[in-house]
Amino acid sequence: MSQIENVSRRRFLTRGMVAAGALVLGVRYYRKLSPGAKLPHDTNADHAILHPSVYLGIDPDGKVWIVASRSEMGTTSRTTLPLVVADELDADWKRVKIEQALGDSRYGDQNTDGSHSIRSFYDAMREAGATARFMLIQAAAHQWSVPATECGTDLHVVVHRATNRRAGYGELAAAAARLPVPKREELKFKSKSAWRYIGKGQVSYDLEALVTGKAIYGMDARADGMVYASVEHPPVLGGKVKSYDDKEALKVAGVHQTVPIDPFQQAPAFQPLGGIAVIADNTWAAFQGRKKLSISWDNGPNETYNSDEYKNELRATSHNPCKVVRNIGDADAVFAKGGKVYEADYYVPLLAHASMEPMVALAEFKDGKATLWAPTQNPQAVQDTVAKELGIAKEDVICHVTLLGGGFGRKSKPDYVAEAAVLSKKMGRPVKVVWTREDDIKFDYYNAVASMYMKAALGANGKPTAWLQRAVFPPIPSIFDVNTVYGDPAHLQQGWTDIPYDLPNLRIENGPAKAHVRIGWLRSVANIYHAFAIQCFTDELAHAAGRDPLDYLLDLIGSPRTVDFKGVEYPNYGASMDAYPWETGRLRRVTEMVAEKSGWGKRKHGKGTGIGIAAHRSFLTYVATVVEVEVNDQGEVRIPRVDTVLDAGLVVNPEATRAQFEGAAVFGTSIVRSGEITATKGVIDQSNFQDYPVARIGEAPYQTNVYIVDSDAPPAGVGEPGVPPFVAAFCNAILAATGKRVRDLPITKLGLS
Amino acid sequence: MIQLKVNRVEQSFGGEPEMPLLWYLRDVLGLTGSKFGCGVGLCGACTVHVNGQAMRSCVTAMRDAAGKEVTTIEGLDKNGLHPVQRAWMEINVPQCGYCQVGQIMQAASLLNSKKKPTDQEIDEAMAGNICRCGTYQRIRAAIKAAAGETT
Repeated sequence: MSQIENVSRRRFLTRGMVAAGALVLGVRYYRKLSPGAKLPHDTNADHAILHPSVYLGIDPDGKVWIVASRSEMGTTSRTTLPLVVADELDADWKRVKIEQALGDSRYGDQNTDGSHSIRSFYDAMREAGATARFMLIQAAAHQWSVPATECGTDLHVVVHRATNRRAGYGELAAAAARLPVPKREELKFKSKSAWRYIGKGQVSYDLEALVTGKAIYGMDARADGMVYASVEHPPVLGGKVKSYDDKEALKVAGVHQTVPIDPFQQAPAFQPLGGIAVIADNTWAAFQGRKKLSISWDNGPNETYNSDEYKNELRATSHNPCKVVRNIGDADAVFAKGGKVYEADYYVPLLAHASMEPMVALAEFKDGKATLWAPTQNPQAVQDTVAKELGIAKEDVICHVTLLGGGFGRKSKPDYVAEAAVLSKKMGRPVKVVWTREDDIKFDYYNAVASMYMKAALGANGKPTAWLQRAVFPPIPSIFDVNTVYGDPAHLQQGWTDIPYDLPNLRIENGPAKAHVRIGWLRSVANIYHAFAIQCFTDELAHAAGRDPLDYLLDLIGSPRTVDFKGVEYPNYGASMDAYPWETGRLRRVTEMVAEKSGWGKRKHGKGTGIGIAAHRSFLTYVATVVEVEVNDQGEVRIPRVDTVLDAGLVVNPEATRAQFEGAAVFGTSIVRSGEITATKGVIDQSNFQDYPVARIGEAPYQTNVYIVDSDAPPAGVGEPGVPPFVAAFCNAILAATGKRVRDLPITKLGLS
Repeated sequence: MIQLKVNRVEQSFGGEPEMPLLWYLRDVLGLTGSKFGCGVGLCGACTVHVNGQAMRSCVTAMRDAAGKEVTTIEGLDKNGLHPVQRAWMEINVPQCGYCQVGQIMQAASLLNSKKKPTDQEIDEAMAGNICRCGTYQRIRAAIKAAAGETT
């Protein structure tokens, strides 16, 4: 098991890295159970009479249990992965019961981030289904004394067509369970033409529960005898309580007591931030008690952090030579010759996740074991973090994964779950920690603030003869080691080192930046600021060259070819370059398609209206987006229409995929319109939706049309890749509509109104 | 003692009259369908009906709910699924789903007063309900679908 733990650990640091070995272990390993004995980690699948895989069990009544080992935060991974199992099993979806896995390394990686649930588990799910189907066929063949090769399956039954015999999966399950589990090489997978669900999709397994209020999120978890906690955190990262007075807090009706929580040691990682917890009979009493606390803080060194000054520092750094992370030819030699040289600075501030469900967790520490109920993207990190905080073994941390009221990367970091665990141990009873929206905004793991310096020399036809780009941002690994100041390959790859343009002279650099807040993964992560800079600068150059932005973009992407990363550390989101090469032809194709679908160059755009285009590959998916913008005389921006084309290889659930890209456009709208976290003396200035607004119904795109390229390439990500090209295309459309170039996000700084 | 009706059932509450209705529903009655999103009436996740009107339960004090009839998602339709809920399923609106209960309560209230709302009326009525997953275009479509169904 140590191999899996190592893999998990590395994933925290590099994101997007998954070893196939862990997955194989996950699917091949199954637990032999003695009748009656039920361990806390057991699933119904484990106890089904036929259970050839950790992901699957079949009962004698034909009920199929499928284990969802990844977290559900709205992307439908809890539905779509089981759908793959069901397809390969030839199961009737109506007879499938999905059960949510606990945190358990036997499932392989469970960190539901990086848009890789389908990519990393598609084969494992097919194998689980095919294994059970193989055994059911064998069992029927034995019963009928016919060769297994003459038998096949139809919906939930094994059939022998020659003799017209049929047997249901339930009635065959016991006999199948006595057979050996086949080796992978023995398995026969369905042909594409026989697929029932893959490529057709299904609505969420939980759809009715979601619209009736019966779905259980972390916020809804309850345990007998539980108390509620609200925590006053140090206002500055790394701060500590000097002294505190809780007399007034204890007078609030319903408040039981206050409990100090230790500050984190060394780097924050996923440890609790520390502070004073108020324990009460209900959530509201805990909130009220907290307001009456009087605390004196030692703010520590981050008290000097002001985001305005920091922005200037990042920009200054980006104006000087930095660390070279990729180089082709000699850009400086071309720049030295003079001619048409263009420069631009792009800036994206810190961004908060603001999932609709604030951080929340319920913990019960009892008899040396901790049981958690949490909306977490990362239950194994919960196990690791809580085990360390409480000084118990990882196996003694039982993490139930509830539905997540949004995640967007924030809920991969279980600091809030650790808080609940620490408090439950101190209190000796179940404790539910509820963060306020203010806590959520002020104590996030923010998407990095980033400054990008771009420079290009244009040749005779307007094409760049030399290109220089420098990015400076506080890196995510700084949460594990506060002295880390340079970007790591896993994040520099995100739309930066992999610029796909066919350029004779190219230099890519990265500058140092020290973090003063916790930096983390947010939907598409570094791709947001990298794609913004590259795709908007491309648009600027097109205008400078007097070229149509679409033609210019296609010209820069160049001819269909595989990008050569010789001399570049390019992790390719943890996927092999053989299975997932970087193909410019696929980027071209989505770009050409979106031009056609959006009517690029064919529709008239009147005063105050305009369209913008951008194309980007992230999480192995190729996306091109056209955004149409309308700006009225008051400077109010509307988005009447968005067209987006994606090539994500094989798409298992097209309906859910369209929904992800519709949502990504809205997420990107918030970034462009209003996404900005700032700090004064180390304290975050924003607190709730009045000063960290996110897009509302009338501000979001009115209509987003999503087109999926039909592809047999292996599956790639769909949760995140819609965001980066949308952000850039939206900004390019604002220029087209107003003549104002967006270089500083959000556009509140643009002075439109 | 504060007397009120929740989903047609008489209830009495002897706690803090300033306590918001949301926390009474969630923590005291265990009706967890209404959600906590912002605590200050800015996101709409906590929307319930008070005497038939959509209200933000996170900023409605118990003293102001006295004598009122409160309806939550758990009591929206006596017979199972309300037309708005059916439309939500037909259009496949939810992603994470956390805000959708509030969206549905707001939409049901809108359709009580406007049988066939225009785009602008929908946008105005739903402006207080945030969906971070970004399901707005499906929300608009589902309201129109429900409007068709209710006539």
